[in-house]
Amino acid sequence: MNKTALHDLHMKANAKMVPFAGYEMPVQYPLGVMNEHLQTRNSVGIFDVSHMGQIIVRPKSGQMSEAALALEKLAPICLLSLLKGKQRYTMLTNSSGGIIDDLMVANYGQYFLLIVNASCKGNDLNHLKSNLEESCYVENINNRSLIALQGPKSESVIRKLVGDSIKMQFMDCEVLYLAGIECWVSRSGYTGEDGFEISIPNESVQFVTSLLLDDLSVELIGLGARDSLRLEAGLCLYGHDIDTQTSPIEASLSWCIHKARRVGGIREGGFPGSKRILHELEHGPKRRRVGILPTGRAPMREGTILFSSANKQEQIGIVSSGGFSPTLERPISMGYVLTKFSQTGTEIFGEVRGKLQPAIIDKIPFKSTNYKK
Amino acid sequence: MKYTEEHEWLRLEGNFVVVGITDHASTELGDIVFVELPSVGTTVAKDGEVVVIESVKAASDILAPIDGKIVEVNEALVDEPSMINDDPTGNGWMFKMEANDLSQLDDFMSEAEYMKFIA
Repeated sequence: MNKTALHDLHMKANAKMVPFAGYEMPVQYPLGVMNEHLQTRNSVGIFDVSHMGQIIVRPKSGQMSEAALALEKLAPICLLSLLKGKQRYTMLTNSSGGIIDDLMVANYGQYFLLIVNASCKGNDLNHLKSNLEESCYVENINNRSLIALQGPKSESVIRKLVGDSIKMQFMDCEVLYLAGIECWVSRSGYTGEDGFEISIPNESVQFVTSLLLDDLSVELIGLGARDSLRLEAGLCLYGHDIDTQTSPIEASLSWCIHKARRVGGIREGGFPGSKRILHELEHGPKRRRVGILPTGRAPMREGTILFSSANKQEQIGIVSSGGFSPTLERPISMGYVLTKFSQTGTEIFGEVRGKLQPAIIDKIPFKSTNYKK
Repeated sequence: MKYTEEHEWLRLEGNFVVVGITDHASTELGDIVFVELPSVGTTVAKDGEVVVIESVKAASDILAPIDGKIVEVNEALVDEPSMINDDPTGNGWMFKMEANDLSQLDDFMSEAEYMKFIA
C-alpha cells in the first residue's frame, strides 16, 4: 500500500485511513464527514489528493502546437486554442467512444500538465506514451504531491503565503511561490467551490500544508466529504458515473466537445470513438446522465435500479452515485436513464431494499457553483 | 444494560427489552441521516434485520438481538436520525421488544465485558 508524503500529518490529525486506489488515504478526520462537508462550503478545507497522477507532456520540438495536436488525437478537445496559463477539463476516449479517464490539461508555456485519476494513472501513462512518443516526452511526476484548497475563503488563505494579491480566475494556472516553495497552482477543484489545486515538491508539502492549516479558517477534509461535495456539484467520479462504456454525450458532458472537433468544425473528429460521439451529439444518445431527487428520506445509492412506474415493469436506468447531501439536507443521486425519461420533473422510481420509492429527475448541479469567474 | 457483539445495547424495562446501538457504534458509523424502523406488531427472529440506518457514507442493518415481537418504535428518529449520534443510549433508542424468552439475554456482555470487547 502506497502512502502519500502527508501520511504523518494525517496520523497526527487522527484521520481514519482507508485503502483507496492503492494508497492509504484519509476518509475522514475527527470532525466527521458532515461537518467537513459544511466546513468546505462555508470556509476552507484542505484535501490531500497526492494519489492522483501528475503527468507532463512536453513537445520534442519545443513547439507547444505540436504537443497540442498530438494530444488532440486522444481527446475531443481544442488544445491549439488553450493559452499559456489556462486549464481545461477533458477526457481520453477509446475507439468505441467510451471514456478511458477524465482529466485536467493545463498549459504551462513549455509543457502541458495533466492531472489524472489515481485509479487510471498507470494505464493513462502507457496510453499517452505509446501514442505520443514520436512528438512528445511523457513524464510521470512522482516527486510532487498534490493538495486542494477549497471553499469560499480559499483566496484569502493562499494569499497570505504568496504575499501578493491573487490575479488568477477559475481554470487559470501558474507557478506561484508559497512561502518560497515553487508550486504549480490552478484555480480549480472538485467541490463546486472556489479553490486551488496546488502541486508541491514532496519534501515541502508537509511544510506548506502546515502553514495553510495555521489559518483558523482551514480544516483537513477527507475523501468522504470530497465525495458528497462533488456529488452536490454534479461532478463525475470515474469508474462510477463514467467508464469505458459511457460516452461523453451520454454523461451529459457534451460541453467538453469543442466546436473545432464537432461536425463542421475546422478539425472535425480525429479522436478515438469520434464516430459514435459525434453521432450522439447530432442525434442524441439513448440514455443520459441526470440528477435524481428521491422524494423520501432514503438515499438511493450506486446500483439502485430505476423504473418508469411503481409497477416495476419497465426498467429505465440505474443510479451511478448517490448519498445524502449535507447542504440540501436530503438524499441526492445521479444516474443514467433512457433519454425519454430524462426531462427535469419526470417522476421515476428506484428500488431500495426491495421497495419502489418515488424520485424526480432534476438538473445538475444540485447546488449552484461558486467559481471565481 | 447488556451488550451484543453487534454493538447493540439492551435494557430491561419491566417485561420489555429496549434496544439501541452503542456510543462506539454510532461514532464508527458517523453522521446518521436516515432510519427505517419496523412496524409495531412485527414478529422478529434473533439475527433478523429489523432496522436500516444510513450514515453519510453507507447503509447498515441492525439485527434483532433476540426472538420476540416489536411493541414500540422510536418514531422521533425518523425526523431526527442524528439523535442516534447525539444520545445513543438515551433518546437514540430504536425499538422495544417483547421477548419470547428473556433467558436469551444471559448470553450477552456486561458493560465491563463490552468495554474490553471494543478496546
